[in-house]
Amino acid sequence: MFPASFDYHAPTTVPEALRLLAENGPDAKLLAGGHSLLPAMKLRLLEPGCLVDIGRIPELRGIRREGQTLVIGAATLHADIATSDVVRQAAPGLATAASLIGDVQVRNRGTIGGSAAHDDPAADYPVILTALDASFMLVSSAGARTVASGDFFLDYFTTALSDLEIITEVRIPGAAASVTSAYAKLEHPASGFLVVSAGVRIERGADGRCRTARIAIGGLGGRPFRATAVESALAGHALTPAAIAAAAALAADGSDPDGDAYAPAEYRRHMATVYVQRALEAAL
Amino acid sequence: MPETTRGRPIPIQMTVNGIQRAADVEPRTLLVHFLRETLGLTGTHVGCDTTQCGACTVHLDGRAVKSCTILAAQAQGGDVTTIEGLANASGLHPVQEGFRQEHGLQCGYCTPGMIMNAADLLQRNPHPTEDEIKHALQGNLCRCTGYVNIVKAVQWAAAQRGGGDVPR
Ligand SMILES: Cc1cc2nc3c(=O)[nH]c(=O)nc-3n(C[C@H](O)[C@H](O)[C@H](O)COP(=O)(O)OP(=O)(O)OC[C@H]3O[C@@H](n4cnc5c(N)ncnc54)[C@H](O)[C@@H]3O)c2cc1C
Ligand code: FES
Ligand code: FES
Repeated sequence: MFPASFDYHAPTTVPEALRLLAENGPDAKLLAGGHSLLPAMKLRLLEPGCLVDIGRIPELRGIRREGQTLVIGAATLHADIATSDVVRQAAPGLATAASLIGDVQVRNRGTIGGSAAHDDPAADYPVILTALDASFMLVSSAGARTVASGDFFLDYFTTALSDLEIITEVRIPGAAASVTSAYAKLEHPASGFLVVSAGVRIERGADGRCRTARIAIGGLGGRPFRATAVESALAGHALTPAAIAAAAALAADGSDPDGDAYAPAEYRRHMATVYVQRALEAAL
Repeated sequence: MPETTRGRPIPIQMTVNGIQRAADVEPRTLLVHFLRETLGLTGTHVGCDTTQCGACTVHLDGRAVKSCTILAAQAQGGDVTTIEGLANASGLHPVQEGFRQEHGLQCGYCTPGMIMNAADLLQRNPHPTEDEIKHALQGNLCRCTGYVNIVKAVQWAAAQRGGGDVPR
């Protein structure tokens, strides 16, 4: 199998990539790791007439700290995020999520920006990035804007990104000793994509109690589900095993997932409670 | 751009098994087709063609990748190693020898990809546990062996060395 014909460009700067996108109109698509786009093109589900390969733009790659913000270039590989000491320290849940994506070879090609833009409802990054309160830097020839994860992931394969924008960076706030995070995933046994997963971010006060919790669940709908009932149940409380179990039991409250033959809705809702509890336990 | 220019061949060059290679290829040419058809290196196999099976695994700039899901153009300027490039004058790569010693193959279809991925693992982690080997080979499917001897083959290769880099 091979894709339908297209023109190929490999710019080395973001402005050049933006110009190519504008010149080639709606027929143009960005190519990052190609591990969602190329399979779809080989199956002829997509036939873009022009690919703008952003894999040779150095400024889109890399991991750094800016004070308490963790900044990850959009074209940074899953493998590099999974094994980065900076990420493990600042946002351990993100490193875990990256390490659970696909397999070694997929992690050696796929990028965080590509996964976020693709927004597969069974993908890992949207879930953990929502829990981490990440935001996306989107750049177009008209300028740059920052969009919070809650406003970025909208529905199945649908984000706030326009055709003429490039995600340049993912920014994760709160890299501080008082903040920790974790990710737990129930994998589909055949595909390895998530059936249900949970990302949690816990900020503790000086007294060791939970000051705030942010919890996102994957597999309950077209966008990561914020488990606000669990968040309120934890805020202000000591994180004892009993408190965690009681809060996790509320994980699916207010959700209305679509079921499928492998995982009916009730099963997803139950697994949400199990995986939120596991992620909370892993975070402590 | 007018449709007629679409797919016009573009020049690419890369190092494959230590040798500089250059050709004009259509942009849609996949790396695996470039290796097999343009260069005649048919040791790299196509199993599923849908990024699942790992039979097409090669090393690109030192990392194991599935060459059925990479454009040859994306490997422009890169350094590619295929199964043909693994052995050297002093003999088989330890992972190749391990597959021989431990009967790590039956039909052999998955073997080049398995070996390339296992060699990548031992570069990163010279002494993997059994679980680490299984986890690392998650992206490689075998329809014949049941995997037991494949894991043993990788353990055999790891045991040949007292640490340091995988001998090439
Ligand atoms: C076998 C297999 C197993 C997988 N398993 C998992 C899994 O378990 N969990 C998981 O989460 N994912 C999984 N994936 C998907 C994988 O993570 C992809 O790498 C990812 O979804 C897309 O990233 P990419 O860099 O390959 O993007 P591409 O395929 O290159 O692009 C995807 C889309 O994003 C757009 N895009 C890319 N970069 C940008 C950018 N910077 N700005 C704006 N738009 C952009 C492209 O135009 C395209 O529409 C799997 C994939 C495969 C092949
Ligand atoms: S042929 Fe490439 S993964 Fe199966
Ligand atoms: S030996 Fe036949 S597929 Fe693995």
